[in-house]
Amino acid sequence: MARRPRSLRRKSYYARKMKKAVHLLFYRRHSKPGTKGWELRRQLGSDYRKVLDLLDDYLERLDLQVKTVFEEGDAPENPTPSDLNRARFLVTLRGSLTPREAKLVGWRIDDIAGLAVSIGYIISKRGKAPRREVEDLLRSKLPNWRVDINLNRYIRSGYLSEDENSQLYLDWRTRTEVDQKALVDLLLSAESQVGTPTAQISDTEKL
Amino acid sequence: MASTAKKKKRLGREELQRIVDLCKSIEERGLNPFLIEIEDLVTIIREYFPKWEKPDELCLDAEALNRIASVIKLQSEWLKHRATSLYRDPFLIEDKLSTLTADEIVELFLKSWHPIVELEQISIHSLSESLRYWDSLLPLSERWKNIGFLERGTGTVTIDDMVKQGLLADKAFSEMLESFWEELKVSVAEIGKIRYWDFIGAETYEETVERAYLTSFLVTYGYATLEVHPLEEEIFVKPYEKPISALGKEQLISIPIPVSYEEWLRWREDREA
Repeated sequence: MARRPRSLRRKSYYARKMKKAVHLLFYRRHSKPGTKGWELRRQLGSDYRKVLDLLDDYLERLDLQVKTVFEEGDAPENPTPSDLNRARFLVTLRGSLTPREAKLVGWRIDDIAGLAVSIGYIISKRGKAPRREVEDLLRSKLPNWRVDINLNRYIRSGYLSEDENSQLYLDWRTRTEVDQKALVDLLLSAESQVGTPTAQISDTEKL
Repeated sequence: MASTAKKKKRLGREELQRIVDLCKSIEERGLNPFLIEIEDLVTIIREYFPKWEKPDELCLDAEALNRIASVIKLQSEWLKHRATSLYRDPFLIEDKLSTLTADEIVELFLKSWHPIVELEQISIHSLSESLRYWDSLLPLSERWKNIGFLERGTGTVTIDDMVKQGLLADKAFSEMLESFWEELKVSVAEIGKIRYWDFIGAETYEETVERAYLTSFLVTYGYATLEVHPLEEEIFVKPYEKPISALGKEQLISIPIPVSYEEWLRWREDREA
């Protein structure tokens, strides 16, 4: 029986691996979504990075992407195999949702706004803010009884975390899902649209 | 004169406590760590340091230094953050967050939000696996039947039997300790002390360990003390005439002395030589 050409064999090899990677990445297997690097290496083989790159190219057409979240937070410039083993790989939306689509996520608009305010405030405070201050900020726009419920929900979902001194931090889900730099830039540019004098912005930025 | 020195010490302690509290509030409340003049604080610590004698004063001094080190670390992080592209004036962001409406904030947030995509769905494979498991699972009544227990009637036991089983000692521990103390007093004779190994060493290793165990209680309960000569690597046991209770009065220290089988063999060889 004639053997298939080498390129075809390679193609079918990676097609099989991609299918397996889809199963591993899309279905939740642990309490947190995503799959650790060492699990992917074990299931897909040592060339799992190549499989994920191919999958990422494929998912681009569907507005999705394979995202790598490193344990320490910021992505190292040259990740070592050990960094990659401990990193979490997930599939996220590549683009963004429209306000109408946001309802599909299952959260009320107030809840998403509260989350955005909490994340924005914590970023402005260098990644850590007292819970009381965030509560005060939310209380200005949300009914008192919702503030506590919402904050606890953000913590439960992994967007925020709280330590024993009631300090709030950005947690793994915010690091995965939110482009923090883009959010800060958007918030700043939004202020200029509202009509804040430009002189005030440049003065503050000088600091 | 003495009262002035005492007053100065008290002031120093207050100053150190103030430094600790100040650094703590900077850490906990996330305030600007550059509000603190590190040099001034270090000068204060250096000024009072020669006056400290007691352990609690030295501990306070160390804590103040430790807190200052934490603030220096915060200053470094603060600088790093300011150097990144993420840094914006917090007041500006705070002001903006409070002026924008919820809809506007959501619209902005959605542009930077890329939610995780995941599926929660049962598959035919997992359904069939679960069914197979269910079929092989025994009913609760059968599984619980296996967890039985052995019923035994109550009975009596004599003191001699308990001593034989090692549950009771043939002498009360305090009595054993007292007679061991007497033995130590006799062993030291007029020199007043005896080499540790010469006292605990016995014909068998088991007995040696038992004697070392009892000696440790003699020392802990104030019947005797240890005299350690680190340069000569020698330890002596010195009995007291009357037990001295140091428990709770002063800080006790532990002296670990290995009583290994090899040490015991070496002691025996030395003795026979």
